[in-house]
Amino acid sequence: MLEVSTQEGIAAPRSDGKTVGEDFLTDDFVRQLINVGEIDILVGLHTHNNVKTIGPVVAAIQSGILQWFPRDRAAIIDADAGSSDGTPELVAGASIDDIRPQDFNRLALRTLHSISTQYGNSVARGTALRTILAAGELLGAKAIVVVSPDSTNIKADWLRDFLRPISTDDFDLVLPTYARPRFEGLLITNLLYPMTRALYGLRIREPYAPEFAFSNRLGSRFLAQNQWNDDDARAGCEVRLTLAAIVGGLRIGQCFLGAKNHVERNAADLVPALRQTIGVLFWSMESSFPVWSSRSGSQSIPTTGSEQQFTVDLQRVNRKRLLEMFRSGVKELESLFQSILSPTTLAELQGIAELEEGDFHYSAELWVKTVYEFAAAHHKEVISRDHIIQALAPLFRGRALAFLLENRNASASEVEMRVEGLCLDFERLKPYLLEMWTGKQ
Amino acid sequence: MREMIVSELTQAVQELARGFARFLPRLIVLVIIAFAGWVIAYLLKVLSRSILRLIKFDRLSENAGASQLLAKAALPRSSELVSRFVFWVAWLGFILLGISVLGIFGLQEQIVRFFLFLPRLFAALLIMFLGLLASSFFSRATLLAAVNSNLPSPRMLSISVRAIIIVFVLSMVFEELGIAEETVLVAFGIGFGAVMLGLAIAFGTGGKELAQRFLESRLVRNNEDGKNEDELSPL
Repeated sequence: MLEVSTQEGIAAPRSDGKTVGEDFLTDDFVRQLINVGEIDILVGLHTHNNVKTIGPVVAAIQSGILQWFPRDRAAIIDADAGSSDGTPELVAGASIDDIRPQDFNRLALRTLHSISTQYGNSVARGTALRTILAAGELLGAKAIVVVSPDSTNIKADWLRDFLRPISTDDFDLVLPTYARPRFEGLLITNLLYPMTRALYGLRIREPYAPEFAFSNRLGSRFLAQNQWNDDDARAGCEVRLTLAAIVGGLRIGQCFLGAKNHVERNAADLVPALRQTIGVLFWSMESSFPVWSSRSGSQSIPTTGSEQQFTVDLQRVNRKRLLEMFRSGVKELESLFQSILSPTTLAELQGIAELEEGDFHYSAELWVKTVYEFAAAHHKEVISRDHIIQALAPLFRGRALAFLLENRNASASEVEMRVEGLCLDFERLKPYLLEMWTGKQ
Repeated sequence: MREMIVSELTQAVQELARGFARFLPRLIVLVIIAFAGWVIAYLLKVLSRSILRLIKFDRLSENAGASQLLAKAALPRSSELVSRFVFWVAWLGFILLGISVLGIFGLQEQIVRFFLFLPRLFAALLIMFLGLLASSFFSRATLLAAVNSNLPSPRMLSISVRAIIIVFVLSMVFEELGIAEETVLVAFGIGFGAVMLGLAIAFGTGGKELAQRFLESRLVRNNEDGKNEDELSPL
């Protein structure tokens, strides 16, 4: 086994001798990185009390590197948010020797370094990503893959699927696609995916992904471009990275990872989820107007494996609560909606809020118009932008209910067909968005 | 006798004429100051209107809920109203300056007091505007949070927040203007304390279950994975 722990080729120094983003790293962390030396692959983790799941995840990463990249210099960097359960120690103490009993035929040619660093005392995904990016740049990593510490179904092959397109085909960003239960991730399937697709003309199924890989070119650019202020540190960095790649005209690919096992089950998380996804998307529309306003239609992007799969699992869904919250939202937020929505759209929403569950129907076209009017209101800042995003939550619940009712007895392919239909509606009505965006009213 | 009357009258007329002759230049100065003041006040009005439009004051005012009040009272837009206010205050200031030139006894002190009062008036108006803005923002934030958390009576919560902030702001405005300072302070203390006590009692007794649910949802989230199994995951 060849031990590589040199200080050769620390990457991309600036005129002041530091790399972008190095300033905020702790001296101890920088010292550890310098001891690692230059690497080819960096695997980033962002942890916070993940001791129950992190062991298999790290083992799978080690196995993947051993299996698919035995000759590459690699390191695992764990950006931790102040875990108290021993997660960082577990990651830092993980040795590639641990997995050898299962992989007798393979021997690591390089040392796999594992480093943990604490970036704060509370979870801030943006800061975690920034730490990983800065470490990647400092180490000169050619490719960086970020893995969720909750992905217990991670397989060694994931690393191959994520990293091969970057190392051999010159891709800059590789995003995952999943097999999802048909009613999970409705914010992705009913809003983020179709709208990103309509805006930028690329069929990216998971613009917000817990796992993704990117090139050092995109990493450096993203690290340098972002202001990394408090808002960035809080959330939405995943969507921001995807949008940076799209707007920058970089090569994007997808790989199918199988079932998505980590799902947030708490519906109260809808508003933060909206902020992290749609809030970021709406923000990005300001600066990227010349890009998205000139595009129409959409095209698929290179994908390994299936683009998306829906599974027809039995799920208990509280439809009554969804309907109640939609009705309550439409009624109580009427004065806000008067500032955001056109009178016609608002009248239609008030009409469907009167319907009983059996007759409830929130059409795709009305949903698209609603979202586009929200985007225009966000652009014109008719009220506080964060309030606009929050006001979308009850309407999204209405749309979720309608989707649920439409697809109650649908097969996986029928669900896929309906999602595709919604995407086409988003694309067809894009001129309406432009009209609202540039109009004075 | 007749001659005496004529002499007195002549003297009175002469004194009147002399007084008028002494007064006339001051009157002319007053008119000139008033005219110059009108021109300057008009320029200030135009300038303030442009600045207010530049900083999108009407939108701020709309967010603060002031525009709706103005519309109900059939008053012009906020930027127009403020620029008119600037015009009248400036012109009135110049007129008073001109009047002080006349040297009328007793007016000088009032004029000085008026000029000393102006900064406080502006500060009070600013506090009022910012207070309205804050009340509108926080009441809307409360409304949205209550609707999205499925709390009962979200509008009532929102109105309560707005009312509390407005009462607080009004007490600050009165204090700034120096109007019944002590009365307002005591009234505010009693009123605010009563509202807070009432809310605490209402929340503690009437909203016991609500408080329990709210605290549970905030603090015991990690331990109730099973309870939310009928909720959809957005991501």
